[in-house]
Amino acid sequence: MTVIRTLLSGDYPRSRALTAVLLVILVGLAFAPFVFPGTRSLDVAAKVCVFILLVASYDLLLGYTGIVSFAHTMFFGIGAYGIAIAASSLGPTWGSLALGSLAALACSALLALLIGVLSLRVKTIFFAMITLAVAAFFAILASQLSGFTGGEDGLTYTLPQVLLPGSKLLAAPLFGVDIDGRIVSYYLVFFAAAALFLVLLRVVNSPFGRVLQAIRENDFRAEAIGYRSVVYRSVANCVAALAASAAGILYALWLRYAGPATTLSFDIMVDILLMVVIGGMGTMYGAVVGATLFVIAQTYLQDLMKLASHAAAGIPLLPALVHPDRWLLWLGILFILSVYRFPAGIVGKLRSRDKRHHFVTR
Amino acid sequence: MSLAKDALPVARLDKIPLALIPVIAAAALPLIPSLPTWVTLTVAGLAMGMMIFIMASGLTLVFGLMDVMNFAHGAFITIGAFVATSVLLPLAGWTQADSLWRNLAALLLAILASMAVTGALGVAFERVIIKPVYGQHLKQILITMGGLIVAEQLIIAIWGPDMIALPKPATLRGSFIYGDIAIEKYRVLAVLVGLAVFAAMFLVLNRTRVGLLIRAGVEDSEMVESLGYRIRRVFIGVFAAGSALAGLGGVMWALYQETVTSAMGMQVMILIFIVIIIGGLGSVGGCFIGSLLVGLVANYVGFLAPKVALGSNILLMVLILLWRPQGLYPVAKR
Amino acid sequence: MSNLLALSGVNTRIGHYHILQGVDFVVPQGGLTILLGRNGAGKTTCLRTIMGLWKASAGCIDFDGADIVGRSTPAVAQLGIGYVPESMGIFAGLTVRENLTLAARAGPIDQGRLDWMFGLFPALKKFWQLPAGFLSGGQKQMLAIARAMIEPRKLLLVDEPTKGLAPAIIAHMVDAFRELKRTDTTILLVEQNFNFARALGDTVAVMDSGRIVHSGNMSELAEDEALQQRLLGLSLDAHQ
Repeated sequence: MTVIRTLLSGDYPRSRALTAVLLVILVGLAFAPFVFPGTRSLDVAAKVCVFILLVASYDLLLGYTGIVSFAHTMFFGIGAYGIAIAASSLGPTWGSLALGSLAALACSALLALLIGVLSLRVKTIFFAMITLAVAAFFAILASQLSGFTGGEDGLTYTLPQVLLPGSKLLAAPLFGVDIDGRIVSYYLVFFAAAALFLVLLRVVNSPFGRVLQAIRENDFRAEAIGYRSVVYRSVANCVAALAASAAGILYALWLRYAGPATTLSFDIMVDILLMVVIGGMGTMYGAVVGATLFVIAQTYLQDLMKLASHAAAGIPLLPALVHPDRWLLWLGILFILSVYRFPAGIVGKLRSRDKRHHFVTR
Repeated sequence: MSLAKDALPVARLDKIPLALIPVIAAAALPLIPSLPTWVTLTVAGLAMGMMIFIMASGLTLVFGLMDVMNFAHGAFITIGAFVATSVLLPLAGWTQADSLWRNLAALLLAILASMAVTGALGVAFERVIIKPVYGQHLKQILITMGGLIVAEQLIIAIWGPDMIALPKPATLRGSFIYGDIAIEKYRVLAVLVGLAVFAAMFLVLNRTRVGLLIRAGVEDSEMVESLGYRIRRVFIGVFAAGSALAGLGGVMWALYQETVTSAMGMQVMILIFIVIIIGGLGSVGGCFIGSLLVGLVANYVGFLAPKVALGSNILLMVLILLWRPQGLYPVAKR
Repeated sequence: MSNLLALSGVNTRIGHYHILQGVDFVVPQGGLTILLGRNGAGKTTCLRTIMGLWKASAGCIDFDGADIVGRSTPAVAQLGIGYVPESMGIFAGLTVRENLTLAARAGPIDQGRLDWMFGLFPALKKFWQLPAGFLSGGQKQMLAIARAMIEPRKLLLVDEPTKGLAPAIIAHMVDAFRELKRTDTTILLVEQNFNFARALGDTVAVMDSGRIVHSGNMSELAEDEALQQRLLGLSLDAHQ
């Protein structure tokens, strides 16, 4: 039990239903190549891993520190482009990837510190607007410096041999699945994302994390006690940015492609917001639930909605509303309801339901 | 009792920000190869600035008065544009006729329809989405973002996902030619409409009791309530007006671009945010000057170095914030 | 003489803080009642609760025969209560004229009343068309009071009008308030300056830690130095 306690930094799910859901997700992701064969499903699984990390990093910012930033995709993009540019210009070696990663992480940390020091003194709304402008600027920069970043089309590149789909590691298939570079890539993404998620969990459950929450609750009072909130917020901003960049690095390793549409677009920022709020702000596990739900819905819900759309064919406007491309509409409504009624999202709902059944931990 | 001076201090309008406009126009003059081009760009810049002002003024006033930043404002712009397509495209007989009056009549109809729709939606939005989260800035940002997502999807559900072409009315196409100088007719209209909106806002704010309430409320809405006014009711009116203005801006912008897409509101929101930050959150006058500055810079730089056009406006914002951290005309808040 | 305002058992909480812990006192009709007490005693909270800016969590506030707890601030103001907050609440961007026009809810400003105001506060006439932000601290305070009185009010709530003002101006203000007392208006005045209070008050209520610890006639308190010392301690000499 103590192994689990250390691993989760004492932050248990605190709900039978939630524990079950998390275990299902964990097992599903851990054994994805074997349980869900096919390229599409593995793609979805890898995307889930990346987004769990990305959304968790955003939860640190929004849920725990109370900062709304629209520049998060910028850090995601920096990580991805770090790998992309290194692999394209320096060749597909582990050395170049390491260099690219380190450069990306350093760049993100610096930018995050800059943003923190310059803007965290201002009010919430002002800060949100400024990060929006900065993110837009960065996205345009990325598409304009096409010599460097591949412009609108992005960069495609190759990676060390062992990560490529072509290379076979084992002569014979294991449990019916060919163990090739793709599987290796997947497990790299999975283990890295899982490890970094646990690191974030540790950060929010540390004394530092508690100060963040105190600052989120009552900035004035925290300052009165002696905690310089600007410093804490800047550090939180840095940690979140680094985690987001790491997610970008993993994504770039998986896709072997980096471009403005996959990493820097405002749509992704909106998606992150949806995931973190619907999953549950300030819970970390909300990121797991939210990201899984969202990515799976994004891929598979559309098929479901297509059926509904055909069924509603006769009625005016209704087919347009349940048209598969309109899945974001329903998610948006769910999002609004979550902000009003369920601030702790799905995780909060599951936990409160179990509280009534007197679920006791530790 | 008071200071010994007998002379009254003169309430001088802070004119320095106003001077920025001619300064930037003049600065561009040597950089641009020919005078006719400079004239064209300046008119284009002013026209664009006016349209941005129409769209941004409502947002800044709502923020100043109600302390609410409506991140879904872009949706109202887009809706205004789409309503215009629904009115103008069927009225092709009028818009394509070679009669200025018919053209203007059609345009007026489109404007009235857009403003009515966006104004009504604004009221609904304020009551349903925003009212429950007064004063809670974090939730406000999240909720209005949610409203934006839902609105954008509803727009696509109603008008379809494809871009719609919206040609300018026949007599508003083309330019006035004076020797070497060409001035687009539509841009002149845009400037006139913008000035009309500014004049109307100025009159309402400075000559009516409601305007007095709003100006006082922007400074200290609690005190206005203590004087016996139900300022919450004014909130709804201002929000509706701001949304209607967004709709109007959407119509003008749609005809300027001649295409209408579901993302057009969002695309112009960046410039709008830059404008209201430059102008000072809550200041209509600041918004006016900020819009013109941004319009001019966007057009001059767009001509000289297109790649850095948006960057130049962000740079402008940074420079102004370094000079006046609260914007050109900060509102004296309690 | 009947009581225009009566508070009984009023409690007010703000967030986690329990500021008013059962406030009981009355304001007799037509007089000037002083609410005295140290910083942080809850005097401003008391006024704000009466105005409805903060909602009383318990108790009753009887104004002219009706309980006004829970009513909105505009409704309370419309019952005939004028409020001069500690921060004065002047609209700096509006001219003196606009400030007063706004305060005259019922319609155009009554010229007779305006002339009376100019008599009390000549600076207002001088700065009539200028933005109120140009006024000095003392002048702003006078504008704030003028604004609360530009139309007849039943009750005036004034929060620390002498704060930060020079002695000469305070003397002028004593005269102005004496004038105001001659009208039909009842006044509830919050003060820390005991001399100012003593010059104007008919009755007094002393507040400490959210409760009323003494109430009665001002004349009694003014003569009893031992009582003054006990209730008000060192703050007596601070604002002479």
